[in-house]
Amino acid sequence: MSDSLNYAYYPGCSGTGTSIEYDMSTRAICAKLGITLNEVPDWSCCGSTPAHTVDHTLSSALSARNLALVEKMNLDTAVTPCPSCLTNLKTATHRMSKDEFRDDVNKLLDTPYNGGVDTKSVLQILVEDMGLDALKAKAVKPLKGLKVAAYYGCIMNRPPEVMNFDDPEHPMAMDNILTALGATVLPFPLKVECCGASFGIPRKDIVMSLSGKLLDAAEDIGAEALVTACPLCQMNLDLRQDQINSANGAKHNIPVFYYTQLIGLALGIDEKELGIDKLCVSPRTVINGIGAEDAS
Amino acid sequence: MKIGVFVCHCGSNIEGTVDTAAVAAASREFPGVVFATDTMYACSEPGQDGIIEAIKEHKLDGVVVASCTPRMHEPTFRRTLERAGLNRYLFEMANIREHVSWIGKDREANTNKSADLVRMAAAKLLKNRPLFSKQFPVNKSVMVIGGGVAGIQAALDCANGGLKVVLVEKDTTIGGKMAKLDKTFPTVDCSSCVLGPLMVDVAQHPNIKLHAYSEIEEVNGYVGNFEVSIKKKASYVDWDSCTGCGLCVEKCPSRKATDFFNEKLATTKAINIPFPQAIPKKAKIDANFCMKLQKDKCGVCAKVCPSESIDFSQKDEIITESVGAIVAATGFDLFDWTVYGEYGGGKYPDVITSLQYERMLSASGPSEGHIKRPSDGKEPKNVVFIQCVGSRDKSVDRPYCSGFCCMYTAKQTILTKDHIPDSQSHVFYMDIRSPGKLYDEFTRRAMEEYGANYIRGRVSMIYPQGDKLVVRGADTLMGAQVEVDADLVVLAVGAEAAAGATDLAKKLRISYDNYGFYMEGHPKLKPVETNTAGVYLAGACQGPKDIPASVAQGGAAASKVLGLFSQDMLASDPQVSVVEIKRCIGCGKCIETCPFGAIKEIDFRGMKKADVIETICQGCGICTSTCPQGAVQLQHFTDNQILAEVNAICRF
Repeated sequence: MSDSLNYAYYPGCSGTGTSIEYDMSTRAICAKLGITLNEVPDWSCCGSTPAHTVDHTLSSALSARNLALVEKMNLDTAVTPCPSCLTNLKTATHRMSKDEFRDDVNKLLDTPYNGGVDTKSVLQILVEDMGLDALKAKAVKPLKGLKVAAYYGCIMNRPPEVMNFDDPEHPMAMDNILTALGATVLPFPLKVECCGASFGIPRKDIVMSLSGKLLDAAEDIGAEALVTACPLCQMNLDLRQDQINSANGAKHNIPVFYYTQLIGLALGIDEKELGIDKLCVSPRTVINGIGAEDAS
Repeated sequence: MKIGVFVCHCGSNIEGTVDTAAVAAASREFPGVVFATDTMYACSEPGQDGIIEAIKEHKLDGVVVASCTPRMHEPTFRRTLERAGLNRYLFEMANIREHVSWIGKDREANTNKSADLVRMAAAKLLKNRPLFSKQFPVNKSVMVIGGGVAGIQAALDCANGGLKVVLVEKDTTIGGKMAKLDKTFPTVDCSSCVLGPLMVDVAQHPNIKLHAYSEIEEVNGYVGNFEVSIKKKASYVDWDSCTGCGLCVEKCPSRKATDFFNEKLATTKAINIPFPQAIPKKAKIDANFCMKLQKDKCGVCAKVCPSESIDFSQKDEIITESVGAIVAATGFDLFDWTVYGEYGGGKYPDVITSLQYERMLSASGPSEGHIKRPSDGKEPKNVVFIQCVGSRDKSVDRPYCSGFCCMYTAKQTILTKDHIPDSQSHVFYMDIRSPGKLYDEFTRRAMEEYGANYIRGRVSMIYPQGDKLVVRGADTLMGAQVEVDADLVVLAVGAEAAAGATDLAKKLRISYDNYGFYMEGHPKLKPVETNTAGVYLAGACQGPKDIPASVAQGGAAASKVLGLFSQDMLASDPQVSVVEIKRCIGCGKCIETCPFGAIKEIDFRGMKKADVIETICQGCGICTSTCPQGAVQLQHFTDNQILAEVNAICRF
């Protein structure tokens, strides 16, 4: 592990499109925290959900191509904010530990991948490499008074033998970061439940029901905002919140942050740089409320 | 030496894949063999009679039987030889069943291998010498370790049989897990009403000496003559004078001590008596919560005690007891379910264990028999039971079935309905395992008469919603996911080996399995014996058991002890090591390697030498392979005998 916190950075397709605010805020906080992110040159899509449901070898080849590029950069660790990209990179690495499978994959590649790269989520390096104390020390605007529910989604930590990070049933990484930054993190019982993921396209009703449950549970425990680490979860809960409300006859109005955006706020980074204005459910009231108790 | 060889068919067990007649024919050519035959069942009465006849007719002075494992029948055939007037050690066994017929299908290869094994056995037998046992006296008293229902039964049966019994219990009272139960299945009779009288019998029996709040420190000696050191832990109360009046408990101002008897559902005083029927009924101070011991303040108990029994300076004390046999009855512990993150991992107060629920149901429990949710004290209406928590689950390293959870869950649903008539119980189960007498009828009654809703499937998660718990699982008979709103969730936790069981096993020199349960001598034929002579097993220390099975095994262990003690003298096994004093250079390597402490250093005409204590030696042979001089020889397995076997198998 490098002491200088220097990583290859794989933003993933959603980071350059639907979840650009996740990418923006990730880059912004890493710059502020002294973490160097070197974007992988000529990176390609990891195949997302479709590739691995059709062909494991092809799916792994897509990830292996990106990992081979990282190998060429002479960096030992690739980080990505997106849990779905992370799953694909890690699963490919896991599968390629078998010689036969690795040979099949490498047949599809111009440059074979030898398996020397470690992959981690940005969340993992913040907790494990940077550390909560260092993070806390850099906070200039603590998130005092902010009541949030941390929602990890179903794949950030699972399956445990592949992801190898935090507790698969009760992950605490985001909880701990946000607590360290002064927020009140409520015990959220559904923190690893599925939001419905990409079923939003073929079976919208599934997302309406599953994501609806998450919003109900968050409101039930008195959360002012949800905090996610996954672009797809964020989209289902935020962009589709109106649809969920009309499908379930609910009246949720819960902003859904990326945890990187909240870290950014605590570090005193400008909202514009964090893409706060790109959230669909307005977080204005909630952001204004931060530290309000202190002032009064 | 004239050797006779008997090749056993063992029905089709051996004859199926070995040509026994051919093995017998080949054997006739081996050195020393004057007679060889095949026989249907060598161990049967006609089989043994045949051996005796052959010994007499052919004037044999050594016998080889090629059949099953020596663990099964070596003693049988040795007795046969004795009946024919030969020394029992002029006998060798070739294992052509487990080592040959059961593991290979090739008849020709099997036949050749069997003949080779017989050749080895005959070659060794040529160098066998008659061995004779020594007699030693037996101390006819027994130690029972563990005062649960199995230990109590074993102690009472031994004591009633006239033996002196030392009962050692690690807690301050006997009674074990059974004392914590409210009712017992399948009769739904009161647990303490059944157990209480037995506990009183223990206290009053003139033949039983009870050491409560004591643990085994060290075990020395051998069958008939064990020396056991026991650590009597400091209770800070002089139990000789304490009358158990309870005045100290009443006046103690420290109320925050953990109440282990009530499964941590409540707190208790720093000085306490675990429950009203405790035996012995003596007070003990929990040093962690006592203000006098922690901060040198208070001391109220000492002021109010009418018998002046409080002794804050008391220390742990080591005492020694001499016994002739030991019964291990150390019981089990409950699986720590907090590893199940999906069930809340110990975070939700209204998810409790089955034993906590028992304490709640019990009239002498912390809620005096009222079922209350730990979170808010409300009476639950919807109670969900989840079976197989830490049982039949490889992911938590508990692949075995704990056996009694199906039954106690059925009992608890019945009791729930009795306590709260408008309640509804739901049980998530994998299979119902209730094979005992009246057991299946009992679980059916829970479903049919008491209306418990049994759902076949595992629970994937429990999460709180409002003041309820949502239990989400699968109904594999419906093929659907189900969610049940629960006011209280009871986890049917499985059993695991008692904490410290493996440490005690090492002290007793008995074997244990991967999970820490003690190994019986033979899974079918020696269910209460261990591989160490004079040490017996009773109850759940051998594997999860319910009350009837524990009591039965306690009685069985007692009968074995009484059988052992029916003789005044025991015969030692002569298959022990001996030191050839001239060859021994006194290096002491054998003393270091002996796992039983059976070799001691002696002074022989001013020189350091090794000496074997025959009664302790188990005949394992480690010393003989360690000795650089070849001075230690294991009788019946000398270097020359083993070399003879090697030569027989390596011939050209």
